[in-house]
Amino acid sequence: MAGPIDLYDVANAERDARAHFSRRAFVCTSTGCLSAGASAIKQQLTDTVTDAGQEQGVQVVPTGCFGLCSRGPLVRVETRDQQPTLYEHVDTDTAQLIADDHLLEGRQASADTVSLELPFFARQEKVVLSNAGKIDPDRIEDYVGQGGYRALQSAVETMTPEGVVKTILRSGLRGRGGAGYPTGRKWEFLSLADGDQKYVVANGDEGDPGAYMDRTIMETDPHRVLEGLSLAGYATGASQGYIYVRAEYPLAIERLERAIREAKRAKLIGRNVLGSDFRFDIEIRIGAGAFVCGEETALMKSIQGERGTPTLRPPYPTERGLWGKPTMIQNVETLANVPVILERGAEWFASLGTSESKGTKVFALTGSLNNTGLIEVPMGITLREIVEEMGGGIPDGRAFKAAQSGGPSGGCIPAPYLDTPVDYENLQKLGSMMGSGGLVVMDETVSMPEVARFYMEFCRDESCGKCTPCRAGTVKMHAFLDRIVSGVGRRRDLQHLESLCHTVRATSMCGLGQSAPNPVFSTLEHFRDEYLELLVPDEAFGPDGNGSSPDAQRAVATSPGGVR
Amino acid sequence: MADRAGNGAAGHPSGDERFGVLEKALKRSRYSQDQLIEILHVAQGVFGYLSEDVLVYVGRELKLPLSRVFGVATFYHLFTFEEPGEHGATVCTGTACFVKGADRIVDALTSEFHVSAGETTEDGRFTLKTARCLGSCGLAPVVVIDGAVRGHLDAAGVLEVVAEQMAADDEADTEDTTPAEADAVASGAANEARL
Repeated sequence: MAGPIDLYDVANAERDARAHFSRRAFVCTSTGCLSAGASAIKQQLTDTVTDAGQEQGVQVVPTGCFGLCSRGPLVRVETRDQQPTLYEHVDTDTAQLIADDHLLEGRQASADTVSLELPFFARQEKVVLSNAGKIDPDRIEDYVGQGGYRALQSAVETMTPEGVVKTILRSGLRGRGGAGYPTGRKWEFLSLADGDQKYVVANGDEGDPGAYMDRTIMETDPHRVLEGLSLAGYATGASQGYIYVRAEYPLAIERLERAIREAKRAKLIGRNVLGSDFRFDIEIRIGAGAFVCGEETALMKSIQGERGTPTLRPPYPTERGLWGKPTMIQNVETLANVPVILERGAEWFASLGTSESKGTKVFALTGSLNNTGLIEVPMGITLREIVEEMGGGIPDGRAFKAAQSGGPSGGCIPAPYLDTPVDYENLQKLGSMMGSGGLVVMDETVSMPEVARFYMEFCRDESCGKCTPCRAGTVKMHAFLDRIVSGVGRRRDLQHLESLCHTVRATSMCGLGQSAPNPVFSTLEHFRDEYLELLVPDEAFGPDGNGSSPDAQRAVATSPGGVR
Repeated sequence: MADRAGNGAAGHPSGDERFGVLEKALKRSRYSQDQLIEILHVAQGVFGYLSEDVLVYVGRELKLPLSRVFGVATFYHLFTFEEPGEHGATVCTGTACFVKGADRIVDALTSEFHVSAGETTEDGRFTLKTARCLGSCGLAPVVVIDGAVRGHLDAAGVLEVVAEQMAADDEADTEDTTPAEADAVASGAANEARL
């Protein structure tokens, strides 16, 4: 039986192969650019090069996300003697120009380009996304060529599991899924847990609307996720890993499946990882559209093929998890940080970011901005830098109103706080949260009570129904918000809403219900005036409270039972 | 698409070959009850939706009570229990699309076809759906029309594309592919089968 591949041989062969190409075109084939027609463009470039008989000297590489999704489809051309050129909004016409002029002739095509000096690119610090736009996610050789799997190799050959846990602890890495729990601490719990069988799970159930960091990582660099998960398994004594992915991400699933097959064939996962005694298998489990499954206890139910309803903690998954065995759930981005921490050292990682929040964070920058897409920035960068410099400001001369982070569990950060450094603690202080990394920028035309209603509708639809405060509370809170937004709410509707928000936060069973009131709290804190303007004033109801003005009569007529 | 002529592996009395595809997936999962959700995905990919007949079949094969199969299938949003219309539009209602006016697109489609989200027109021609973030926020607002992702369209633009799709269909009426069969071709991996 053949042994594992030699990582250095593969990397050298890759380097030699690359040296033959004088020109290389990288085509973004992540979901965003694919939706805009990238696969036809890639085919066109490849065909033109092949028809000209130039495939020995010119290479066309399908890669993961370049980040600047709003300017897609994107194609980057690198030659031996020129600076790389990034073409934007490539269509079939410009693709032909790029192929004919740049790939075959070596001179820049007359098509729209984006400067790679743009703050959008220049301000980034790529750790997790270091291979994005550089490698073909479907080729394991590409990942190995960038030094991939060396962290796993050196761990299983030269480090004890405890040593790996200690390194992660020292690095200060915290969970990227939202709450920011210290990663090393979780690893320590699982490694100390008793049990003949333990599990580690990569949580790729990225449910926040407006967030696609994990999808991009899985689509762009699937082997990095596998390596991070394998390292987690080695460090904690788990022999089985699962990757739980949303069914809405078919491309991520496809690429992960292929990556698992290739890693198995190369003996990088499986019975004897890299020839060692460490055994580790990975399986993919697919969700089916339930936001609550991002919550770790619900996620485990879903992996077991059940309804994804959460259970009370404790016991925590590291004590009793999948099938009653100790289990650790880690967000995809968290795991993607692990290989590079082991490779470059805990101290290097801890030197990035702020005192409490180490490393970088990937954000999906969307909404009213000139540049939208995916960015990776050091923790502690200010919102202003992200919005004004990287995002290029708000289009059409409109004014910035708020940035929403943390999705339905988070909150809105208004203009006066734009200079706040972005880290776990600061966002929480502002009544928002880091969340998984969705950052939606809203301009002055957006009504904040409507935003609150939007998120509450989301939570209402996504409540699993297991506990009453969340099941019934989200329905009621939505009804109050709907009355207010529709202009038939009155002062006591707002009072009821606020009091209900406190109750639901305090009494819900899992994070979904506990955080569902957050968008209301945060919009009320910063934009209470907007709510008050929508209310029908108490005077309109007259002394008997039954309403004399048309507004008041409408308010009374539409008041549902129990809401008056 | 399942080969209707050959393949005698059908595990269903009706002799419907599509059950053969499902049976293969069940075998591959070694009839593991944990993989109920994966099996339901395959079933929906093959049939286009989950009929009672299919759910009963899955329950029997996995030796799971019907309550469990129905309970799980109805818990998750992506499973659908009615035959989808010939054409469909799925409007993304994620935050980025919301900020860019996705609700106006939903309203326009609702008033044009007299269906609300999740419904199919009485003549079975059109299904309107909404989705929670398709993750193509850079293209917001995003609408998936007959399986193709369309970005940066306003309400009028969406109506136009839907009308074009339906008109194209009338012209090419000789091709008698039903939506369920079309989905079977896409067999799970493609977006439209899942949305």
